[in-house]
Amino acid sequence: MQVKAGAINRDLAHQKPPLFKTLKKHWLLLAMLLPATIYVVVFSYIPMTGIVMAFKNYQYSGGIYFSPWCGLDNFKFLAIAGKLWQVTRNTLLYNVAFILLGIVLEMGSAILLNEVSKKWFRKTAQTFMFLPYFISWVVVGAIMYNVFNYERGVVNSMLVTLGIKPFDLYNTPGAWPAVLIALKLWKQTGYGSVVYLAAITGLDQQMYEAATIDGANAWQKIRRITIPSLIPTMMILLLLGVGNIFRGDFGLFYQTVKTSALLQPTTDVIDTYVFRMLINNGDVGMAAAAGLYQSVLCFATITVCNFLVKKVQPEYALY
Amino acid sequence: MIISNHFKLHSRGKHIRQHGSASVSIISYLFIGLFALLCVFPFYLIIIASLTPESSLIRDGYPILLKSFDLQSYALCLKNPTSVLLAYANTITVTACGTIIAVFIAAMTGYVLSRMDFPYRNKFSFFFFFTTLFNGGLVPWYILCVRYLGMKNSYTALVLPLLFSVWNMIIAKSFMKGIPDAITESAKIDGANDMTIFIRLIIPLSMPLLATLSLFSALTYWNDWYNCMIFITNERMFTLQYYLQRMLGSAQAMRLVAEKSGIALPSVPLEGMKMAMTIIATGPIVLLYPFVQRYFVKGLTIGAVKG
Repeated sequence: MQVKAGAINRDLAHQKPPLFKTLKKHWLLLAMLLPATIYVVVFSYIPMTGIVMAFKNYQYSGGIYFSPWCGLDNFKFLAIAGKLWQVTRNTLLYNVAFILLGIVLEMGSAILLNEVSKKWFRKTAQTFMFLPYFISWVVVGAIMYNVFNYERGVVNSMLVTLGIKPFDLYNTPGAWPAVLIALKLWKQTGYGSVVYLAAITGLDQQMYEAATIDGANAWQKIRRITIPSLIPTMMILLLLGVGNIFRGDFGLFYQTVKTSALLQPTTDVIDTYVFRMLINNGDVGMAAAAGLYQSVLCFATITVCNFLVKKVQPEYALY
Repeated sequence: MIISNHFKLHSRGKHIRQHGSASVSIISYLFIGLFALLCVFPFYLIIIASLTPESSLIRDGYPILLKSFDLQSYALCLKNPTSVLLAYANTITVTACGTIIAVFIAAMTGYVLSRMDFPYRNKFSFFFFFTTLFNGGLVPWYILCVRYLGMKNSYTALVLPLLFSVWNMIIAKSFMKGIPDAITESAKIDGANDMTIFIRLIIPLSMPLLATLSLFSALTYWNDWYNCMIFITNERMFTLQYYLQRMLGSAQAMRLVAEKSGIALPSVPLEGMKMAMTIIATGPIVLLYPFVQRYFVKGLTIGAVKG
């Protein structure tokens, strides 16, 4: 009899405790999660249910949930408007450039920063490189105005002094990819390089000592030790970038390009397109449809990429 | 050979990390030096443009070297100080309130999710993380804020949209995983509840984390123009960055109107004022920067750890 009771007790210990008991035991921890939970429910999960708007003919009186359904009309109009391919292509290509060039430049600067032996030089350079991260895109817009303004910009006042014809950037759509990529890299490299630098600082110095003893030169050590050790950091940043590959950096595009229709073929991204539809034209349904299209593309990309990474190298997976 | 190499290593003292070799050294000094200069050069251009007299700006364009010096642009920016001061007051208030609440929520949430005895930590982590993978897009979010939460022309529109960041929460969680469990456990045995433990024990141990998160948050709030642009139409509620954006845009518009209608340009130093206002709007956060850089780098080190 006693043996049996013991067995039952053991069985009970293996069972999960009842839900309400766990809740009661951890009620304070749950309460501490409440602010954040309410926040994401209100500002993330409830808007997610708002994707029904993509299939509705939005009317003010009906609001998000009680406007009449219109099937796929919004998507049809979006396709007819004919801009979707252009903005999707631009968003994708810009982000690919930002990610790939960003990795090269950030990793490169971190490695080279680490090779700088004079401490004052390293600290000053790092301070300078970090500065662009601290300013808003509005200020970047002011810098663009200062440098590239047709009548008074620094570039043109120099060109005119040298007797060369002034250059009108705002009438040259083809020049914008280079300008926008340069601006993005200018603003984020300092920040990104610190992330890589932190990883380099954490590396085991004995590897370098052993390599030196084996006669490796500086380049060989960078190529065979430093770069391979930075791969995990790179993979995390890469996956995070890929997850947002169909999201344009709205501030960058909006504050530098402003509203020039002439430049749209090379500078319009999904985010600026959706913004114009919603705020300027009031095409609520179409803007919602384009937004859903963007979210689905992003979600599909990150899900597939994360799945593939998980298959090949599970420890690099994001989730 | 081995001995001499060994000796060399030690003779380098603390700077073992540099791996020597003249070519690597020259390239790194050159590249880093040039890139660092490139990073500050635009700031230099803006500063000297803001100090150049308007007549010279109109005649020769924005300068590369400071030839004549004049504070008129700043004087005129601050001549009608109410709107600039109001924008400053709005930005400072929103930044202060937003940062305090945002950091507290991120730290508290991160702490709960770092507690290994909390059975729902993985479920909640994913519940939060999922919002970075998928969202409803701009339209439903905007309509919810304006129509159902009444955020148009309200200070909540400047604070709430930036209040909670999943990334800050993940940074907090990975930092707090590094605090020994024994601290929480022994305090529990002494009869302290979870909230007391968090406030009295965990917060004092998390100062580097709180400094980092405060910086991230303050920077986000200070530099925000987007929420002001889409939610605020009342000029008395404009923030500094949006005020600057309007000034960059409207001065341009004023000039266009003046040129098109053939009216002589007003003697307002528009070009210089734009640059002076840029400096006025950026100044405080950049001046703060050298003091906080130390924490920032430390915080990024924390942030680099995978949640």
